[in-house]
Amino acid sequence: MALIEVKNLKKSYGSIQAVRGISFTVERGEVVGFLGPNGAGKSTTMKLIAGHLRADDGESSVAGFDISTNPIEAKTHLGYSPEGAPAYSEMTVREFLRFAADLRNLANPSEKVKNTLTLCRINEVAHQTVDTLSKGYRMRLGFAQAVIHDPAVLILDEPTDGLDPNQKFEVRKILKEMASRKAVIVSTHILEEIDELCTRVIVIAHGEVRCDETKEQFLQRGNDLNEVFRKLTA
Amino acid sequence: MASESSPPSPRASSAIWAIFNREFAGYFRTPLAYVFLAVFNAFAISLAFFVGNIYEAGVANLDRFFLYHPWLWAFLAPAAGARLWAEERRQGTIELLLTWPISVWQVAIGKFLAAWLFLATALFITLPIAFTIGYLGDPDVGVIVSGYLGSLLCAGACLGIASVASALTRNQVIAFVTGFLACFVLVLIGYGVFDEFIGGLFSPNIIEEVRRLGLWRNLEPFILGLIDLRPVAYFLSLSLGGLGLSTIIIERR
Repeated sequence: MALIEVKNLKKSYGSIQAVRGISFTVERGEVVGFLGPNGAGKSTTMKLIAGHLRADDGESSVAGFDISTNPIEAKTHLGYSPEGAPAYSEMTVREFLRFAADLRNLANPSEKVKNTLTLCRINEVAHQTVDTLSKGYRMRLGFAQAVIHDPAVLILDEPTDGLDPNQKFEVRKILKEMASRKAVIVSTHILEEIDELCTRVIVIAHGEVRCDETKEQFLQRGNDLNEVFRKLTA
Repeated sequence: MASESSPPSPRASSAIWAIFNREFAGYFRTPLAYVFLAVFNAFAISLAFFVGNIYEAGVANLDRFFLYHPWLWAFLAPAAGARLWAEERRQGTIELLLTWPISVWQVAIGKFLAAWLFLATALFITLPIAFTIGYLGDPDVGVIVSGYLGSLLCAGACLGIASVASALTRNQVIAFVTGFLACFVLVLIGYGVFDEFIGGLFSPNIIEEVRRLGLWRNLEPFILGLIDLRPVAYFLSLSLGGLGLSTIIIERR
């Protein structure tokens, strides 16, 4: 059973069709890179799978649970970090993770928070409020709340956006450590991230899947990935 | 970390409790909460003494204290409730709430109860005026308790309206103004100026029915010491109606 199944997903904002019948599946152990220009429909697709938005048509399921008919079960198996890693600015890092653990009704929440702080390398800012965090720590906090329950499915919307090379390295390293046990979707604008992080590539443009293939197949399309990207998304 | 094969299914009560705790503590993380409590008390006491002349009246009851509470709640409940959903939208955290394994109604209940308890805290701080009246005279304690209960229910009704206004926008100022205007209309209903305004338009029977929809008209029995089913149902309808409507608005985003 695929951990993520998306069938003919459609979503419009008024007269604008943001997602036009997207379908794909993601198996355990796969890290799928979502590529596409701004406004291509990547974030909308992720929000639809995560249950933040309701699809106009089509189906999506997480760990076998349909997100529209069985949302609580589906979300129990899902870790999702939205674009920009939003968090409650007035809470400390530790409080925020404890809140996430409590909402998920996790057993031994203090232990879970402690382990997640260590896993995501944010122990040193555990007592800082979110509004005082650097972008790197903030993105890692967004990642931390998504993995605190060790979900089978991870959906990360631009988790390395705006980070410096060291911070990107850290986030990718953490992600790689756990990727083999999960089905992961990562949206990115950074083409070299495909080679470093992903096992598969889905290119989305104008709300449609333009390419869905393994990383190796994608890299064989040409030496200049920017040119490949431009052609696929034109 | 938890085994991914068997993540626990969250219980409704624990989710509501977690939301409630975060929200209630959230009020006191900024100085604004203390300003709010001070303003409420300053106005509640000042209006009773300087406008209601509670001292000069020489009567040992709190009628003239509770008289102005619909006005206070119409202004301050939307002020406290504006952040309920608008702040989640502004910070983007609504996206987390809606993708965590909890229902919108659980979030709505947790938020509402926290905000209501915050308003109750403001009301609780006014208790010295009740003790003062008790010291100066021999008031009917039951009537005072009834008045406080009515005021608390009135606060919940205004909060229900405020939560709808907050669910409609990401801008707290717009949420506050919208909530205040809606509550303001409910306060006006029942005052002479309102009767004069609609007097020429409708028959006396209709005007009387409309007056029943006002906050003041429904608070009045509590102030007199009467806990009647109708005003209780009125206040709870506004509270629960607002709670339900805000849940629907967020769910249908």
